[in-house]
Amino acid sequence: MRVSLFVTCLVDTLYPAVGRATVRLLERLGVEVDFPESQTCCGQLHVNTGYRREALPMVGNFVRAFAQAEVVVAPSASCVALVRETYPELAEETGDPALAREATALVPRVYELTEFLVDRLGVTDVGARFPHRVAYHPTCHSLRALHLGDRPRRLLAAVRDMELVTVEGAESCCGFGGTFAIKNADVSAAMLSDKVGAILASGAEAVCAADSSCLMHIGGALVRRGAPVATVHLAQVLAGEDNVCGQRGVPE
Amino acid sequence: MRDALRPEAPFPAAARTALADATLRANLRRATSTIRRRRDQVVGEVEDWDRLRAQAAAIKDHTLRHLDRYLAQLEAAVAERGGQVHWARDAAEARDVVADLVVGAGARRVLKVKSLTTEEIGLNDVLAERGVEAVESDLAELIVQLGGDRPSHIVVPAIHKNRFEIRDLFARAMGLPDLAPEPTALAEAARLYLRERFLAMTVGISGANFLVADTGAVAVVESEGNGRMCLTLPHTLITVAGIDKVVPTFEDLGVFLRLLARSATGERMNPYTTVFSGVVPGDGPQAFHLVLVDNGRTRALADPLGRTALRCIRCAACLNVCPVYERVGGHAYGSVYPGPIGAVLTPQLRPDDEHARTLPYASTLCGACADVCPVGIPIPRLLVHLRSVAVRADEASGRLGARLAPERLMLRALGRAFAQPRQFERLQALARVMRPLGGRQGRRLPGLGGWTRSRALPTAPRRSFRRWWREEHR
Repeated sequence: MRVSLFVTCLVDTLYPAVGRATVRLLERLGVEVDFPESQTCCGQLHVNTGYRREALPMVGNFVRAFAQAEVVVAPSASCVALVRETYPELAEETGDPALAREATALVPRVYELTEFLVDRLGVTDVGARFPHRVAYHPTCHSLRALHLGDRPRRLLAAVRDMELVTVEGAESCCGFGGTFAIKNADVSAAMLSDKVGAILASGAEAVCAADSSCLMHIGGALVRRGAPVATVHLAQVLAGEDNVCGQRGVPE
Repeated sequence: MRDALRPEAPFPAAARTALADATLRANLRRATSTIRRRRDQVVGEVEDWDRLRAQAAAIKDHTLRHLDRYLAQLEAAVAERGGQVHWARDAAEARDVVADLVVGAGARRVLKVKSLTTEEIGLNDVLAERGVEAVESDLAELIVQLGGDRPSHIVVPAIHKNRFEIRDLFARAMGLPDLAPEPTALAEAARLYLRERFLAMTVGISGANFLVADTGAVAVVESEGNGRMCLTLPHTLITVAGIDKVVPTFEDLGVFLRLLARSATGERMNPYTTVFSGVVPGDGPQAFHLVLVDNGRTRALADPLGRTALRCIRCAACLNVCPVYERVGGHAYGSVYPGPIGAVLTPQLRPDDEHARTLPYASTLCGACADVCPVGIPIPRLLVHLRSVAVRADEASGRLGARLAPERLMLRALGRAFAQPRQFERLQALARVMRPLGGRQGRRLPGLGGWTRSRALPTAPRRSFRRWWREEHR
């Protein structure tokens, strides 16, 4: 199977290690990975902040970049949720009927990483080893938009030598919410403080999630506090890249 | 008079004030987590919960689509049973109608049962202006009233107070210096305080949970029994309700009653459900008035997506699960409708209000609200929709400050650049230039102050993913 990687603008720009881990993981599982270089950003920040019209050129770019793809995989629940939930209507709003048709055809082929692994490849044991105590943060979009259910946990449960710790209030939001973290910085910080407190109390050496955006938020507070907890993307754990745990905060 | 749907401050400012109150946060956390736990338990018992929700949503959507017909049917049914319907376009008309009826009945005091709609129209203030004292009969509303406070929750108006604060308030207002801070003692004090007032009232004022079009019936659900007294003891009963409260038939009521109590208080059934219609000679109120309030609802109905907010049955389940509400409480929303549902309802009822436009941004879009909503209101989708309505409204306002806001200029520029791979890559180079700003100490940067006050900036990598791909992988 040939997969077109949608790496997301955040991972591409700030967390390339997550993208590299995704590639290594997929290739190790025998999947051919392609990276259409005309891809940029799905437009989530714009759409969710209310700048819908301004997001339309990005929608067009995304649809054209992946139109030929057999399957698109992205290491981000929130980007996939945006594409799945709003692309058909956004593409409609561009006023380009051909683009709208392509978007509607493309959307069912777009997968979040764990969906692709469990549902399309049918694997839960990806052969990884990650000898650390890890807290899994189920992000809001994994839980309540994509309904990933126990897919991430099943994948994590099969990782060797890893101890998965429980975090109190695990399913509550970290307070990121894109521009929410800036527009409502005080409320966001209050939510983040509770989340980080719970992670520290869990005794985890690393916190992992399906979204680099939430990890950037949580990691920002961990770094600020000088806490000895790393943030790692699920893809990095599943790729078995345990060297990331030596670093504090956000790994490069 | 203050419009109870117009926030006095933008949400971020009001939230900042609320966050500074540590007692408030502790009270909210304790109360919402208790209700949440109970709700999850009793909802889990209902096997066909999702089908029930879908059914409720379908009934509401159907009713809203044919609201003109059902309202006319309701009016005819109420009249046929000896009641009278009054129509109010806005809050001012509604409170004047009610005040005229009360004064006309010669009452100096009226007994009230908890009603958000009467809060929405500012009824108590106008009654006071006309020399009529409104006595709130609901325990929580009494706490709010005695404290000169405002409700902060749709179902639990005094959720922001703990029992020690309530004890102090009652001790002062009721002259009970030795009152114990125990729930039973506090409830008993309120009962004794209210009981003598109940018996002397000639006019009662209620809200409605549901209005049944085919029989003209009004349904009121409550926990304390005060509502039933208020609905049966007075000679004249005035019910104030929004036009969105209609359901077509008595049978439909069953669907909503099953959903409401479990969602609102985590009870299988609410303790008191009173359903009445019109006037029965010699039994209960001998005069019945139903005041139907629009106050922005018809305008909200014009938006095909926005109108789904009018499905709301005011259970407040979305408040109890909302991480933002849990931190700031209801007052920060500045509207009689707080929380996630308030954030989508208020700006639709007051689309011209600049402060109300900040409410759709009072959410991380975490989706917890949509998961629990018993009538399936897609709240996160509505929030995003209303954000774009707000962006366009600012744009159309013609104010230079709004059109040239840094956020707007930046997102517009980013939007254009992000749509083109080569420009996107140039911006990535810029992130690398900013590399020294990130890091473990974290700098506090002007413009990014909101972020950097409590979080370090991420450190940009030396090489983007696409460059790695090009240089090493491909």
